[in-house]
Amino acid sequence: MIDIAVVDYGMGNLRSVAKALEHVAPDHRVVVTSDPAKIAAAGRVVFPGQGAMPDCVRELDARGLREAVIAAAADKPFLGICIGLQLLFDHSEEGDVAGLGIVPGQVKRFAAADMHDALGGKLKVPHMGWNQVYQSDKHPLWAGIEQGARFYYVHSYYVQPQDAAIEAGYSEYPTRFTSCVARNNIFAVQFHPEKSQHDGLQLLANFVRWNGVSN
Amino acid sequence: MLAKRIIPCLDVTDGRVVKGVNFLELRDAGDPVEIAKRYDDQGADELTFLDITASSDNRGLILGIIEQVASQVFIPLTVGGGVREVEDVRRLLNAGADKVSINTSAVLNPQLVADAAGRFGSQCIVVAIDAKQVGDHWEVFTHGGRKATGINAVDWARNMVALGAGELLVTSMDRDGTRVGFNLPLNRAISDAVDVPIIASGGVGNLMHLVEGVKEGGADAVLAASIFHYGEFTVRQAKEYMREHGIEVRL
Repeated sequence: MIDIAVVDYGMGNLRSVAKALEHVAPDHRVVVTSDPAKIAAAGRVVFPGQGAMPDCVRELDARGLREAVIAAAADKPFLGICIGLQLLFDHSEEGDVAGLGIVPGQVKRFAAADMHDALGGKLKVPHMGWNQVYQSDKHPLWAGIEQGARFYYVHSYYVQPQDAAIEAGYSEYPTRFTSCVARNNIFAVQFHPEKSQHDGLQLLANFVRWNGVSN
Repeated sequence: MLAKRIIPCLDVTDGRVVKGVNFLELRDAGDPVEIAKRYDDQGADELTFLDITASSDNRGLILGIIEQVASQVFIPLTVGGGVREVEDVRRLLNAGADKVSINTSAVLNPQLVADAAGRFGSQCIVVAIDAKQVGDHWEVFTHGGRKATGINAVDWARNMVALGAGELLVTSMDRDGTRVGFNLPLNRAISDAVDVPIIASGGVGNLMHLVEGVKEGGADAVLAASIFHYGEFTVRQAKEYMREHGIEVRL
């Protein structure tokens, strides 16, 4: 029995995700896998991702994982991280590519040229570093995490869900953007909980215990 | 608001952290895993490991160290030193590094930056630029500051970002080890020239230098070694000081 499957499609540092899960859930079996059967057999699924979205879509399909991910996102506790959040959407500006279409909405790029902080300093893209995350709503995955807690981000694109009600959290850079979505058994975040020290580990521990009910 | 980052840097040789004494001889400063955990406890935003191992026999030791650190410290880890090919990048990422810093090899073979960014994503490729004042401009140096390249550092920064660097680590070789503060005009010039985040490095001797690096140098992150290794200041003290000076930090 596999407790947690981390979907491996060749994009990104999956070891970090697996190590953080093993740290918070030493009694769970964590498997990094590109085998659709193992993903189907797992109790819960983590869908990470790094790099460029067009490459991610291509690699996902090259490994025949699209259906397995869609199936997992339909009925088991499912955690998307970074590109694993963006891939759930209909479409991304990055490479003008279609996502998996599990969550209606778009993925947009930060407009670097027009972005300044409160002191007039130029804001860089990628948005890289520790930013505050504000919880839009109560959710089991926020248990023990304070409003405005800082998580580690590194991304140049952000999601715009069609249905604003699925926003579970947001950050500001410099304007507000959705950084977490929750819908039924899906919770997906733009930041990296596996690199966000105590609060990140708390979120992963919450996920490991979560029954997959959002509302 | 996004916080400015403080990044302690650990120089590692033959599996141990070392620090220079009077900028010449290297002295053992302890176990890398223990030191990494200490900085993590103090609130470091990231950690950078620089592998300065001279003999190729012991180069693999850094992989074991990164593996150990990555299973106990859950903040971003950057590793640099001796990265020559895409395979080196892969090995470090697989060991648990989140970013890999490329320095001399980027000058010898700029295509390496493009290849590594293309394969693993720009978010994990840091290009380290060692610069020295030459006449009225800054020039890129390699091999730990010993070899001039004739390349203008600001142009080089733009080139590296165009090839796919996701972040730049800018070290002033004039200031490194002097403890008189960052080269602020150099950092400012590069920060203004590119859209990606800049890490300022080289010359930190007190906490005001960190504040200046952000406010005047336009740095998104500041890297320091000796002020933390010698136990003069903790990372937390540095962050409290920055906050008192109006800089957003993670505390």
